[in-house]
Amino acid sequence: MKSAVTTPRAGARADDLGFDVERVRQDFPILTLKVNDKPLVFLDNAASSQMPQQVIDRYVRYRSREHANIHRAVHYLSEVATREYEAVRAKVRALINAREEREIVYTSGTTESINLVMHGYGRKFIGADDEVILSVLEHHSNIVPWQMLAQESGAHLRVVPCNDAGELDIDAYRSLFNARTRFVAVGHVSNALGTVNPVKEMVAIAHAHGVPILLDGAQAAPHLQVDVQDLDCDFYAFSGHKMCGPTGVGILYGKAERLRAMQPFKGGGDMILSVTFDRTVYADIPQKFEAGTPPIAEVIGLGAAIDYLNGIGLDAIKAHEDELLRYATDRVGELSGVRIIGRARSKAAVLSFEVDGVHPHDVGTLLNEDGVAVRTGHHCAQPVMQRFGVPATARASFAFYNTLREIDVLVGAIRKVQKVFAG
Amino acid sequence: MSAANQLYQEVILDHNRKPRNWGKLEHASHHAEGLNPLCGDHIFVYLRLRDASVEAIGFEGQSCAICKASASMMTQSVKGKRVDEAETLAREFREMALGKLDPSASGHHLGRLTVFSGVRDLPTRVKCAILPWHTLHSALHSIARASTEGDADPVPGSGLERAGHA
Ligand SMILES: Cc1ncc(COP(=O)(O)O)c(C=O)c1O
Repeated sequence: MKSAVTTPRAGARADDLGFDVERVRQDFPILTLKVNDKPLVFLDNAASSQMPQQVIDRYVRYRSREHANIHRAVHYLSEVATREYEAVRAKVRALINAREEREIVYTSGTTESINLVMHGYGRKFIGADDEVILSVLEHHSNIVPWQMLAQESGAHLRVVPCNDAGELDIDAYRSLFNARTRFVAVGHVSNALGTVNPVKEMVAIAHAHGVPILLDGAQAAPHLQVDVQDLDCDFYAFSGHKMCGPTGVGILYGKAERLRAMQPFKGGGDMILSVTFDRTVYADIPQKFEAGTPPIAEVIGLGAAIDYLNGIGLDAIKAHEDELLRYATDRVGELSGVRIIGRARSKAAVLSFEVDGVHPHDVGTLLNEDGVAVRTGHHCAQPVMQRFGVPATARASFAFYNTLREIDVLVGAIRKVQKVFAG
Repeated sequence: MSAANQLYQEVILDHNRKPRNWGKLEHASHHAEGLNPLCGDHIFVYLRLRDASVEAIGFEGQSCAICKASASMMTQSVKGKRVDEAETLAREFREMALGKLDPSASGHHLGRLTVFSGVRDLPTRVKCAILPWHTLHSALHSIARASTEGDADPVPGSGLERAGHA
């Protein structure tokens, strides 16, 4: 292991905040697994993070003692389930500092949240020759819905480019606005590169043109303190499973007046006030967007995940993850024949890289031999890969339960890959 | 030895470094493009058929080591073969990669291609090994584009291209 120069100052800040990674790791049963006889080093957190025992226990308690359908009956279990389910709205509201609980819509995930806005807002307010601004860094789930809208309505997509470091070009963004601009949808944090976009500034620019803006927060919510009132965004979307919660649940935050103006996305039970064959009167927000039986257990699990994250402290989480990213960037960056893709000044928890002469999939398969789980591929962000002229990258993505020692294992495993291919 | 270590051995690494029959074939009579959208393997196979035999074959593209080595060794083993023999090899290779054909049994024609048998234990990499054969099959039948995912393209072209994203 190498020079003292790159040795971090032993996580000073996270420690100061009372953060103890070894204690935290004990909450995650999956972290004791062995893969190929090696301790699992899980560095694929941007795809889906792991669940602490507290969330698993909460989920099991609901399943074994509290389950019934919600909002529909006067019996004991339905009341318990409804209360626990609705209580999570308050936790989400507080987490992102929304003004009101009814601005929190439960969805199945970020993808559904964005599709909901496309259908509910886009199909109502965006028409032929109108323009929607996206960025080159978007995940496919913040591209394809808008492309579908463009195809059916005749609207056009305009794309904010980025520089070689993976930072959005804000001057170019500013110059994309014109009289036809109707909507902006951009990521808060890039899943492929880790870039933290200057979204507060981007919101202000959009609003100066009278244009509403959606932020895809799938990669931000797990790592940053999000304050939707401070950001002043119109919509904010994120997923439970990337923040220690279950799959199948996500959130759409929308300003009340925006949600009110939108048409419903799915029709069905639970989203109505009254139904006759002549006419249906929709429920108020957020129920207007929550047709059908929702993922009740998953919502309650998300509530437990939020409690868990708050218990550790979002500032401690950020401090530790920043330390991990700094250390990994130094250690991987000093390997000759390895190129880090995405050198933005402001980044969160993601390290995308290429090993000279070795395809990322071969890197991934060989890292797995050492128990190291990274994601390889285009990360559902093919325009980013095209921008950087690569078919794919290997991506290590960190969570607060990762350690500096695990990054050493990653670095050793990359060296082994180079050795195999050096022949 | 683990499946991966068994696979990343000298023969395959050598074909990855120095792919045989690399490059576009002049005067090809048949060709096809193969795409594995999951990992970005993207290859082109060119054929010149004469009298129902593979007179010449070439390939190029961008892919992982397993795909490239598989393509390289494929070109060596089908060159000079009759079309029906090539198709038999394609079928046998596919079955071996899926674990449905025992490479140590007799009665198949795979020969040195059995170095790829370990891929059956790496389910996420099976497609990488099969793609060249899939593409060969398409070329023989003149189907322009082979894909390991049907023709599902996750980002079908439309507004994005118009807007440009250089
Ligand atoms: C930036 C970003 N947006 C959207 C998504 C989609 O999230 P989900 O699959 O949970 O709907 C992801 C997940 O990979 C993501 O990283």
